Amino acid sequence: MEPPLPLLSGTAAILLLLLLLLVPLAFLARRRRGRRAPPLSLLVVAGSGGHTTEILRLLSCLSESYSPRHYIFADSDKMSEAKIRSFEQKRAEKFSNSQFTLDRIPRSREVRQSWTSSVVTTLYSILYSFPLTYKLKPDLILCNGPGTCVPVCISALLLGLLGIKRAVIVYVESICRVETLSLSGKILYYFSDYFIVQWPALKEKYPKSVYLGRIV
Amino acid sequence: MKSVFVTVGTTSFDELIAAVSSPPAVRALRSRGCEQLVLQIGRGALEPAPRRAPAFALDVFRFKESLAEDLRRADLVISHAGAGSCLETLEEGKPLLVVINEKLMDNHQLELAKQLHRDGHVLYCNCSTLVETLQSMDLSTLKPFPPGQPEKFALFLDKVVGFE
Repeated sequence: MEPPLPLLSGTAAILLLLLLLLVPLAFLARRRRGRRAPPLSLLVVAGSGGHTTEILRLLSCLSESYSPRHYIFADSDKMSEAKIRSFEQKRAEKFSNSQFTLDRIPRSREVRQSWTSSVVTTLYSILYSFPLTYKLKPDLILCNGPGTCVPVCISALLLGLLGIKRAVIVYVESICRVETLSLSGKILYYFSDYFIVQWPALKEKYPKSVYLGRIV
Repeated sequence: MKSVFVTVGTTSFDELIAAVSSPPAVRALRSRGCEQLVLQIGRGALEPAPRRAPAFALDVFRFKESLAEDLRRADLVISHAGAGSCLETLEEGKPLLVVINEKLMDNHQLELAKQLHRDGHVLYCNCSTLVETLQSMDLSTLKPFPPGQPEKFALFLDKVVGFE
């Protein structure tokens, strides 16, 4: 017995609608993950002390295809700028057309700050980092957990939602996180494209994460 | 163990500075042959006065662009548990005593120190057990720390952005 005609056309309509929805989505996803032509502009969120040391180690083996490198760090940070400048100076000796920029933003969270006041200062940091992220329009964001990276990544996600620029967010959890994620890590686990951890215990707890061994 | 370098990184850690410059700690260090104690005190409120005695000198500073030179000169490094300080010291191949700051909000720094201690790369203690540790520690038991592999990260990144 043949199915009644209205039902058939109803099914066909739904199928057609699904196709219309899925094709652009798949296309978008392909574009998002697809090949990119070098050079790629890289936004690097540096943090105080250890975070900056770690992120410069991560950058140390990147080829000249990752250029320019835009560094953002908290305005309360004393040591990062000198470390970055000396790193870039050495890099310039190796790659002649090496380019980088430095920008400061208000720190979103001090080490001993309470959670409620952290929310307020983070909102303030987003207001501040959005125009900066808009100006830089990075292809790739690399961060490793200072409080500053949350407002920067949220700004980048907003740029993506608005269709202005979709950046790939790569988060590398600090080597000092052996068993638990940092607060930034707990948030960005859900919003990053690639989430890298450096100890096996974290890989077990967070299945979406990538473990490449100790990389700093 | 002629030269001992104490570092707190970009933070402050007054309890460590107080403990390591206290007379019992200095006595313990001197009995192990320490002739020079250098303190990097960061943003700390406590700033011990420098001393110059014939067989013992105490130097104090807050920040420097790079601590590499101080690490190179040291025979023992006493550090807070910050990743940068720990890794820089271990890569210099210097014996490291990590002192835990128990007053930090979430004491996650313990994780790395414990792991490095578990793997035999560092000695560790807290401020109240510092003197005892300085007296009893055996630096010859420490294992060398193999370098990290940032090239693996570069390969991974090249792959995911399609640069291969």
